[in-house]
Amino acid sequence: MSAEATKAQERPVTVELAKEFGLSAEEYRNALDILGRTPTFTELGIISVMWSEHCSYKSSKVWLKTLPTTGPQVICGPGENAGVVDIGDGDAVIFKMESHNHPSYIEPFQGAATGVGGILRDVFTMGARPIANMNALRFGSPDHSKTRHLVSGVVAGIAHYGNCVGVPTVGGETNFHPAFNGNILVNAMTVGVAKTDKIFYSAAAGIGNPVVYVGSKTGRDGIHGATMASAEFTEDSEEKRPTVQVGDPFTEKLLIEACLELMETDAIVAIQDMGAAGLTSSSVEMAGKGGLGIELTLDTLPMREQAMTPYEIMLSESQERMLIILKPGREEVAKAIFDKWELDFAVIGHLTDTGNLVIKMYGETWCDMPIAPVSNAAPEYSRPWEPTPKASDVDDSALAGYSADLGDTLTKLFGCPDLASKRWIWEQYDSLVGGDTRFMSGQADAAVVRVPGQTKAVAITTDCTPRYCLADPVEGGKQAVAEAWRNLSAVGALPLAITDNMNFGNPEKPRIMGQFVGAVQGIGEACKALDFPVVSGNVSLYNETNGEAILPTPAIGGVGIMPDAMIAVGIAFRGEGDVILAVGDTKGHIGQSIFLREILGREEGAPPPVDLAVERRNGDFVRGLIREGLVVSSHDVADGGLIVTIAEMALAGGVGAYLTAFDGASPRVLFGEDQGRYVLAVHADVAASVQEKAKAAGVPVTVLGETRGTALSGRGGDIVSLKRLRDANESWLPTYMAAEL
Amino acid sequence: MKAAIVVFPGSNRERDAVAALEAVSGTKPHLVWHRDTELPKVDLIVVPGGFSYGDYLRSGAMAAHSPIMREVKARADQGVRVLGICNGFQIITEAGLLPGALMRNGGLKFICRVQHLRVENTDSPFTAKYAKGQVVRYPIAHGDGNYWTDAETVKRLDGEGQVAFRYIADETRADPRGNPNGSVTDIAGIFNAKRTVLGLMPHPEDAVEALHGNTDGKPMFEGLVEALS
Repeated sequence: MSAEATKAQERPVTVELAKEFGLSAEEYRNALDILGRTPTFTELGIISVMWSEHCSYKSSKVWLKTLPTTGPQVICGPGENAGVVDIGDGDAVIFKMESHNHPSYIEPFQGAATGVGGILRDVFTMGARPIANMNALRFGSPDHSKTRHLVSGVVAGIAHYGNCVGVPTVGGETNFHPAFNGNILVNAMTVGVAKTDKIFYSAAAGIGNPVVYVGSKTGRDGIHGATMASAEFTEDSEEKRPTVQVGDPFTEKLLIEACLELMETDAIVAIQDMGAAGLTSSSVEMAGKGGLGIELTLDTLPMREQAMTPYEIMLSESQERMLIILKPGREEVAKAIFDKWELDFAVIGHLTDTGNLVIKMYGETWCDMPIAPVSNAAPEYSRPWEPTPKASDVDDSALAGYSADLGDTLTKLFGCPDLASKRWIWEQYDSLVGGDTRFMSGQADAAVVRVPGQTKAVAITTDCTPRYCLADPVEGGKQAVAEAWRNLSAVGALPLAITDNMNFGNPEKPRIMGQFVGAVQGIGEACKALDFPVVSGNVSLYNETNGEAILPTPAIGGVGIMPDAMIAVGIAFRGEGDVILAVGDTKGHIGQSIFLREILGREEGAPPPVDLAVERRNGDFVRGLIREGLVVSSHDVADGGLIVTIAEMALAGGVGAYLTAFDGASPRVLFGEDQGRYVLAVHADVAASVQEKAKAAGVPVTVLGETRGTALSGRGGDIVSLKRLRDANESWLPTYMAAEL
Repeated sequence: MKAAIVVFPGSNRERDAVAALEAVSGTKPHLVWHRDTELPKVDLIVVPGGFSYGDYLRSGAMAAHSPIMREVKARADQGVRVLGICNGFQIITEAGLLPGALMRNGGLKFICRVQHLRVENTDSPFTAKYAKGQVVRYPIAHGDGNYWTDAETVKRLDGEGQVAFRYIADETRADPRGNPNGSVTDIAGIFNAKRTVLGLMPHPEDAVEALHGNTDGKPMFEGLVEALS
């Protein structure tokens, strides 16, 4: 390859090419103004990815700024690779959730696998050893012809990557809805732990300091991946498969160990992974944050393919690569570590005082443009938006026709795709490697993972109820945060902070932008009221295919802390004779409930409102009881309402329940999804004192019955046997996945 | 008891093995890097779980040919106890310390769950602390655990007391499922002829403390400490 051959491959830079690269005509004119000339082909490629929605957050930034991001526990909020939160004793927890939606739809196995790889790098690049992975998955209708293939591929991809790197995948959530038929969501979260005095940031410093490339070799995969992720899908989107990256978890595992080993030395000034937009975003962000220039000479960069051009190298999204700024003279120390782990290591440039990004290769300069003006001029739009019209409550006429047997209704609900057991999925994930997993989600409302070598534990949950968000983005956003907070409290953890993964449709449509704005408002309100700040996040827009948007899905990843993993409480009933208590008021809100949708076939009404003061009062109460050792089993009331919650606890423990509070109860009481509620099981001898404490705290607590037998039963006899519920619950997904396409 | 744990690129359950050994023996095991050619003087060598060399080519195949494995084989020949867990079972089998082979799970999927096993032979330091026929629960987490060998070898293994563990169903439990991977005659773990080498797919090291939900793996390490101290 030569300079001449490279030039022969380049195309003339025009407004048409800029549009092809995803820039608007106005954005292209802006680029001309900044440079005072026509950009080179390489420069245009770099600008187009820097200014893509995916990298620049141009539609969302103005709203994200309104979110609360600080608190005494926050060490580092949004803006770095991941959020950092203090967990005491000189330890920090570092976490983030990120989407890999578009690639996973086009190529589910690699798309999901590299989603896991990318989020792992965001966390270990800051100095943390990853201790847990989670994921939040939304698929289309089970009846849709592609759904089975997508579930199979995504789950296998997550398993392939997470299992090999040796980080336990401890849970998450999986839903199905036709709105995701043409655009699934794959949101992956990683949680790691580090020492508070050993956290690594990305701001470059020290003119002349060497810029080092480590990890896998660069190939032609993923070029313009960020641009692809910033556009709507059409029928031919599957032809974009070459823009999907290919992951190698084995290399990632080596990279984790090598980077953590290097971090034990004092050689590193700054470090960042090459994620979306690869070498472009990492070099520009590192130099930009440090207010410096950076000069790269690409000839020595490890390449997997022959005859690559500077444009291809700068835009490649090959996986498992990191960019490191070293202290001067530490190259040999660093190289020895990467040699030990058999990873590529190359000094590819140095920091300069020019403020420019300079790319040299084949003896010529292909890019020489100022970083700050280009970064700062990244577009920021205040897009027009329409508030979502408020839905009215569902009145009793909607329930008039319902007269089914309660046991039949429960059996049907437990076998519906959203409530059915996801065992088929989570048994493919190694949830135990590391030996620190106390609970995976499903066994408890939040996963509980011990901090390695200590007694304290981190609790982790992912939550969002997209149908609530569609009906009312503000309440839905609030609910997602409140449910995360509640799930952490329900295991006994003190909620610390969240990461938000905002999945929405095309922001250029005021209706969609209104969903985004509403969700941000709701999230912000809840975070403030619950002292639960946002420390990291990711925005994925343009989740539309042929103009059909997904349900608005602001997925919330919440993290909490508890002093001892063994105080955590799971959902399972653990023996007969315990008293079953409901914490919180049951008003009977049936709008947008699973019952309404699955049993009566109606997706309508307003979602349950969230009273954040009540939420906090009830959660603090439950957490207090758990910390006092008074709670045997604990489960928050979510999809399906009270009776489904109790049945889930019974199924998890193989112990039934004799219920005395539901004689002649209406579906609103049984299946309503009022917020801020928990079901607890406590030993009979402390039930009275728990009720006293509740009274003193002003928390409504009612006795629902007691744990007993192998069925759900009441004064009228058995409602449904656990065996029948379990059969319905466990059989749906394996049967579905085994069916022919 | 002094123990060494061999670490390959891609090993990922070495920390679990360190924690289990340290908890039971009170001594930190040596970690030995795959490129090392010498092993410290130890009573037990553990080849841990993971994805050595990414499981590329075939699980365990590349690690079996690494320099340290020559030394492991030499020590095994001298009677030093060797415990291969999961990927470690695959590696020591590929290295010829044990007969047979481990193939892709019958269901073609990775599977992680708590599995019931029956202890088939207690005449070894690995299993001395169990009763013959005892049912134990160890977690499994593997994609290539489908043990295969020919019928004649199975017969010999059974006859010589070389089958250590078998997968079983336990109908008294909420999740009674048996053989998870299609292995021949439900074999989960086997000994060499002298019962100084044990390879098994399940993870006793992840069932040693209350946090793990059960401690059925602990007697294995206690038996080793007792026999080798």
